[in-house]
Amino acid sequence: MTDAIAPRYGRRRRTDKVMLGLCWAATAFGLGWLVLILFSLIWNGASGLDLAVFMEMTPPAGSTGGGLLNAIVGSLIITAIGVAIGAPLGMLAGTYMAEYGRYSKLASVTRFINDILLSAPSIIIGLFIYGAVVVPMHGATGIAGGIALAVIVVPVVVRTTEDMLLLVPNPLREAASALGLPRSHVIIKVAYKAARAGLITGVLLAVARISGETAPLLFTSANSPYWSVDPFHDAMANLPVTINNFVNNPDPNWRRLAWAAALIITFAVLVLNIVARVLGATRAPK
Amino acid sequence: MNAPATTTSMPSQSADGDKIAVKDLKFYYGNNLALKNITLGLRTNKVTAFIGPSGCGKSTLLRVLNRMYDLYPNQRAEGEVLLDGENILNPKQDLNLLRARIGMVFQKPTPFPMTIYENIAFGIRLYEKIAKSELDGRVEKALRGAALWDEVKDKLSASGLSLSGGQQQRLCIARSVAIHPEVILFDEPCSALDPISTSKIEELIDELQENYTIAIVTHNMQQAARVSEFTAFMYLGELVEFGDTSKIFTSPSQKRTQDYITGRFG
Repeated sequence: MTDAIAPRYGRRRRTDKVMLGLCWAATAFGLGWLVLILFSLIWNGASGLDLAVFMEMTPPAGSTGGGLLNAIVGSLIITAIGVAIGAPLGMLAGTYMAEYGRYSKLASVTRFINDILLSAPSIIIGLFIYGAVVVPMHGATGIAGGIALAVIVVPVVVRTTEDMLLLVPNPLREAASALGLPRSHVIIKVAYKAARAGLITGVLLAVARISGETAPLLFTSANSPYWSVDPFHDAMANLPVTINNFVNNPDPNWRRLAWAAALIITFAVLVLNIVARVLGATRAPK
Repeated sequence: MNAPATTTSMPSQSADGDKIAVKDLKFYYGNNLALKNITLGLRTNKVTAFIGPSGCGKSTLLRVLNRMYDLYPNQRAEGEVLLDGENILNPKQDLNLLRARIGMVFQKPTPFPMTIYENIAFGIRLYEKIAKSELDGRVEKALRGAALWDEVKDKLSASGLSLSGGQQQRLCIARSVAIHPEVILFDEPCSALDPISTSKIEELIDELQENYTIAIVTHNMQQAARVSEFTAFMYLGELVEFGDTSKIFTSPSQKRTQDYITGRFG
């Protein structure tokens, strides 16, 4: 009997080996590029990093020295505006969809539209905010950039909020209701608490997502070589648009700063992702 | 409150000593009729058990008594459920106040994601403004009432989720008892527990009936026989037989009841 099976079994083992090899190769191919990107980023960026990067303003072309302080602070402000507007809106909408409107038509329509927004090209969001905010305000402002980023934050947070709340088991809601808790208390005191780590993770991932966005900022907050911390009146410096402007320039000092800016963003996103991971892992009941 | 001399087998009408009287209750999941003209009463300060095969409607009946079904769409009840003579199926009924009067313990323990102390204090604070010291006393009393105090008194600030399954279930009972309900509904409270935890919960139910009217759904017929005074046997959405537990388990008047109890089907 074994004689009959042997050739077929041998073929299976060979196929298994080949397929496994292909899987490894595909993984190595994908990871290889990531490693190359990170490597060149660190190689080129780290050499451009010095204390002045965090202390001085972006320099004019053709000069030496200078830093990214205005762009770093500008990016922090714009990102903060984006999260401050987008995260509460997203959480409220996600809460509606998972709790109050779980079985409603409105929720499924919202979910569908939200998925479209989730995959909308960010340049289109930038153009929309240009028309809706920048033109009426007669110029690029930090707040316009923040609003554009908020439009990106909303669908991400809606999605994670809804998903995380749907993971909260129904018996927990029933148990809370059975004590005579009003719906709002059931949600805030019990469901949010049970889903807390996931909700925070969703917001952090949204921050990570927008901190590198360039296209929505190009025409909304634009860029500025100056110290710009008033989000309501002037164009605001920020890291992604600075990279975009500096990297296309023959000036070696600008290119050095562009690399440094890219390294700073990447590092910030990496840290955010790790924090999100750690928080997500603590979700498991102990 | 006298001896239930009037309790007959089929179908028992509600008597004056009933905390809850169910009259001609029909229940629908969408268009699907799940309860067919149920009429029975829950005697004050007694334990009533609902038994029957899966899908017979016993949990559905329990979930009508505190209108838990209201959380979900396309579920509706017709008929009357009188709590102290007032129909709780009335659309004007305040559900939160109703559920504060009728506590519920579920099949799987459902501690809230907070400390043991908070699990109990949380519900009390919702309806009463009381001082911290008094609240401490109420928490202790509730935990003692659920025979859990000695096991958790030194770790009240630990997470409710850190307890064992049986302890979690007693925490849930303590949580229900803490807000002083009048009725407690148990939905298969022991089906996720080991035999030792089960016997602790059963002892607890026995003690609780001194102060509360209790309904328990169970798949375990020995359990029904052990803890209840009255038993309702349900099958396919109908109340087949309702009466004294001792009579249901020794000389049921219906053949279907006898078949189920002796294990011939179900």
